[in-house]
Amino acid sequence: MNEAVRTPFDIKDYLRLQMMPHFMCPGCGHGIALRCLLWAVHELAIDKNRLAVVSGIGCSGRVGAYIDANTFHTTHGRPLAFATGLKLARPDLKVVVITGDGDCLAIGGNHLIHACRRNLDLTCLMLNNEVYGMTGGQVSPTTAIDRLTTTTPHGNAEPTFDACRLADAAGASFVGREVTRQAPALKNVIKAGLAHEGFSFIEVMSDCTEIYGRKNDLGESPEMILSQKSDMRPEAFGNVADEPFRPNRLRAGILVERDRPEYGKVYRERAAAERAKAKAKA
Amino acid sequence: MTTPSLASLHGNRACALGAIAAGCRFFAGYPITPSSEIAEQMSRELPRADGVFVQMEDEIGSLAAVIGASLGGVKAMTATSGPGFSLMQENLGFAAMTETPCVIVNVMRGGPSTGMPTRPSQGDIMQARWGTHGDHPIIVVAPASVQEIYDETIRAFNLAEELRTPVVVLYDEVIAHLLESVVLPQRRTVATVTRKWARGDEASFLPYAETDDLVPVMARPGDGHRVHVTGLTHMPDGFPTQKPDLVAKATQRLLDKITINRDRIERIERFETEDADVVIVTVGIVARAARRAAQDLRSAGVRAGLFRPVTLWPFPEEALSEAAAKAKRVLVPEMNAGQLALEVERILGRERVARLNRIDGEPIAPADIARRVREIAA
Repeated sequence: MNEAVRTPFDIKDYLRLQMMPHFMCPGCGHGIALRCLLWAVHELAIDKNRLAVVSGIGCSGRVGAYIDANTFHTTHGRPLAFATGLKLARPDLKVVVITGDGDCLAIGGNHLIHACRRNLDLTCLMLNNEVYGMTGGQVSPTTAIDRLTTTTPHGNAEPTFDACRLADAAGASFVGREVTRQAPALKNVIKAGLAHEGFSFIEVMSDCTEIYGRKNDLGESPEMILSQKSDMRPEAFGNVADEPFRPNRLRAGILVERDRPEYGKVYRERAAAERAKAKAKA
Repeated sequence: MTTPSLASLHGNRACALGAIAAGCRFFAGYPITPSSEIAEQMSRELPRADGVFVQMEDEIGSLAAVIGASLGGVKAMTATSGPGFSLMQENLGFAAMTETPCVIVNVMRGGPSTGMPTRPSQGDIMQARWGTHGDHPIIVVAPASVQEIYDETIRAFNLAEELRTPVVVLYDEVIAHLLESVVLPQRRTVATVTRKWARGDEASFLPYAETDDLVPVMARPGDGHRVHVTGLTHMPDGFPTQKPDLVAKATQRLLDKITINRDRIERIERFETEDADVVIVTVGIVARAARRAAQDLRSAGVRAGLFRPVTLWPFPEEALSEAAAKAKRVLVPEMNAGQLALEVERILGRERVARLNRIDGEPIAPADIARRVREIAA
């Protein structure tokens, strides 16, 4: 066992303390997600110098800046594409993507499905709070039917995405989902995703108390977080296509784990073979 | 196998070879006419050079991946044409803002929109300068021959590294597919520049600190400094700010970085401008026609010359003023409705400047330019 693992986890070892106080709203689930990520990083003894965190735009996009690592706050919807270049160029880095439901499923949806298909060794954390929080609470691809947002003042009429089923269908070799209510469980899913070789997609059921919760009368943060628990039904993953996303039956934990060749490794092997061939010819 | 010293290449192939010679080891792109041969060539060459090629899902992702690779410390490039270049604009601004070196090749085709994918144009002269939002620095080089595509692609990488900025290599479909002889230097003789790296163990390190040449030193992930890179307006420590004085300073430095280094950036070609009554100002394949027109006019007793900005942006305005100081008239022929002319008029005033535009997907012939010079000289 590595020395770093024996030291108890202290989040302060992984935060840029000069950035405190953070800007997240009271009750926001993103802080729990951040803690669980850093906890997993600690338990896996990942070197902060070799950790790269790539994020997009939105509340989720701002989370990366608090991490004492190599952090890249990129453009809206594109963190997976930035991370693809970074990881292909620097396979020695551990590359984590932090994105949101709008960032990942709306503007960045194309990059998500292709990242799943390509199976490059990236860990993607999608913090799903069902709303565009940063811009003031507009409807997102995961906003449940009938919910009120600033752009669905009469109730949301659009069906929602099940991000995990999408990632599964697109070929992600690891898919997980967990709620912020169960921090140790969330940490464990993230840890498994980080340890997985290939593209891992993890949906973190976060909550937006200040904007989404208030607008829909979902209660304070504790009520919202508690409702995550009651929403989770282990049996339903894979057969809820016609059901709205939430309130719903969502399965948590590790949902998909499949053995697929990691893209970077495959590319490097082919390139090495090509170089050997050229050398033999010369 | 050694690099041949003389090769017969078309422009897009020369571009790819120039990039490899410059040290490019990452390419991300998306197929688009008339630039696709660059990607094809890079997909063959890069694995052999221990580099990486990736075909992304779109042009937005392509430039994103390029910037990601460059942030990781690898020289990186993408290539596209008008529609793809439009899609890249947001990330181009990100590269400018975060001062991430990268090279973007834009092989111009007829526009707007899908336009004429296989026909030449120079319709992106202004998009290359102003395509992304906000006040931003940019360098654009505009080669006019296959040899120059090779040389300018190398120079584009060097400028990108030296000044930590995106550099656009802008040329038209004609030279992209023109077959010409190119002198390829032995790879070891190519002068390449690599950005200033932080050692990683400096006691205090500010990733966007102001230096003498206004180009900050870059931290490579894994070397020790764990820095934050953001497209938000940021302070010297890399973290976002909205304090007016800091914002003004940061934005101004970005712009000044190019201005104070103009001598290192600007490159021009002058042909018989000293005593010219008419100076022709143009770029790319049209400059080739203009040079021929000037020669023909000279033999017929009309004193014509050519001024060609090889560095298109920042526009070499002092050099133009000097070259055109004695000219009675200035002609700006271009394969668009008048873009370069706007800049020439800004520098020289509208009175002396005449235009010759072609927007039908056909290049401008030497005879067209000669005729127009005679018209305005009369």
